Amino acid sequence: MAASTDTGADFRTRLQGWLPKLVLSPSLAVMVIFVYGFIAFTIYLSFTDSRMLPSYGWVGWQNYDRLFRIREWDIAITNLAIFASLYIAISTVIGLSLAIFLDQKIRGEGILRPIFLYPMALSFIVTGTAWKWFLDPAIGIENTMHLWGWESFTFDWIKDREMAIYTVVIAAVWQSSGFVMAMFLAGLRGIDNEILKAAQIDGASNWNLYRRIILPQLRPAFLSAFVILSHLAIKSYDLVIALTGGGPGNATALPATFMYSYTFTRNQMGIGASSAVIMLMTIAAIMVPYLYAELKEKK
Amino acid sequence: MAVASSDTAIRTSRITRAFIYLFLLLFALFYLLPFGIMLVNSLKPLSEITGGNMIALPREWTIEPWLSAWSTAQIGVQPTGLRPYFINSLMMAIPAVILSTVVGALNGYVLTKWRFRGDTIIFGMLLFSCFIPFQIVLIPMARILGILQIAGTTPGLIMVHFVYGIGFTTLYFRNYYAAFPTELVRAAQIDGAGFFQIFWRIMLPSSGPIIAVSFIWQFTNIWNDFLFGASFASGDAAPMTVALNNLVNSSTGVREYNVHFAGAIMAAAPTLLVYIVAGRYFVRGLMAGSVKG
Repeated sequence: MAASTDTGADFRTRLQGWLPKLVLSPSLAVMVIFVYGFIAFTIYLSFTDSRMLPSYGWVGWQNYDRLFRIREWDIAITNLAIFASLYIAISTVIGLSLAIFLDQKIRGEGILRPIFLYPMALSFIVTGTAWKWFLDPAIGIENTMHLWGWESFTFDWIKDREMAIYTVVIAAVWQSSGFVMAMFLAGLRGIDNEILKAAQIDGASNWNLYRRIILPQLRPAFLSAFVILSHLAIKSYDLVIALTGGGPGNATALPATFMYSYTFTRNQMGIGASSAVIMLMTIAAIMVPYLYAELKEKK
Repeated sequence: MAVASSDTAIRTSRITRAFIYLFLLLFALFYLLPFGIMLVNSLKPLSEITGGNMIALPREWTIEPWLSAWSTAQIGVQPTGLRPYFINSLMMAIPAVILSTVVGALNGYVLTKWRFRGDTIIFGMLLFSCFIPFQIVLIPMARILGILQIAGTTPGLIMVHFVYGIGFTTLYFRNYYAAFPTELVRAAQIDGAGFFQIFWRIMLPSSGPIIAVSFIWQFTNIWNDFLFGASFASGDAAPMTVALNNLVNSSTGVREYNVHFAGAIMAAAPTLLVYIVAGRYFVRGLMAGSVKG
């Protein structure tokens, strides 16, 4: 009898020892299948002759070879380069300026901050709907300026093949710059005031305070903003769909819209898969070193 | 000359301060205008939009566009309004948010209080999954949903959002629990408390703020999702964002801008409401997703 309670207790202790791993294992299984397994499957498909449905005829690098000869892909990656660099640069400049100005003991900060940040709560489809119309020359800003008597005012970028991609930048900056502001503001609030006072006693000007002491301390915020914004830029899909539908023509196509249309509407799954792999590689090149550094630091 | 404030080191002159206020107010206007004007124009008859000034207040106020967007507007082929799709989104978001938060809480608990060899690698794998472009999983996911016979249904979308939400929720709870004193857990263990008992009695009671962050952030992401909705649930099971896009970009008939605006505000309302009620947690969620907690 004593022996059986002993093994009972023993079993319970061992179960307790295994329980944490047991609880974690379903998530791990889900990750292995739905993230890493799926990634492997898509990579595999990118080397096959898949059309409307996955098929398993091996074609080597042919899809990649063809992908980089397709004009629309060329447009999509050029657009992504323009969009991502402007989006990141402008959002950072606006976000940082707003944060620095808000940090000057501003009256009404409690009202201004949520106003700057609320677009982040909206869906890109809503943002796209609002800006699509706002930028429409027939009824939006251009029309309003004409009605106010500024007859020569034109702002028809959204209809212009050359300029349409910049309207995507405007709407995306509108949506995310408040978020960048919040990140920088958190960084600014974490800076020790004593150092600043000491520097000031030594005769440093405001400009030098910011340039020499404050901005260097915001390095982690700069890095996070860059990583998050570039990740958002590469994934951008909804905003383009809602704002321009990829048009005029395919002037605002991005890799994400390209992947979708080749995979699901043009039945070129092999090409679609190879474009998705390129997207993943681009994001991985930014995220993996960042996450590695973050995790290592934490230990 | 300089206006000194007592507890900040930066001093600014009157002119600089005037410039700062002007700058901030201009940007407040920039953020408010598109949405504000959309709101005003959703209360106008169509003729006032196409023939008038978008900045002007309605001469004739009407809620007709709102009624139309909610219950009679043409979405796809059916004149159902957005109501059924709004309900779809709720039915999709609520279970997915709860499931992913529960699993994330348990994962975070294990990864901080029951550490074992290789747990950082597992966390790293989970973390990377937050940042993959979802295009890379669209094709196999469509296959799996087909095999499970839940393609094009709300349960299918719940599964997708649950699966790709775990990474973020685990991140939130791990960062939060990392700051929680491990000694308390060890002491309870010595007193004979088991794995779930400790979680239930010790961890959970102090997890209020991070549960709020997880709920709010997951809800916002899932409600606002378009890619998965458009890929896996067109037709009757479509979520609100997909239905709104169909409404706005349908090419047939007269473009009823006022109805589009009313619909867009309806699609924005739940997440905006969450933001207004619990903006503090919303900001914390943003931070947790970017900077380490």
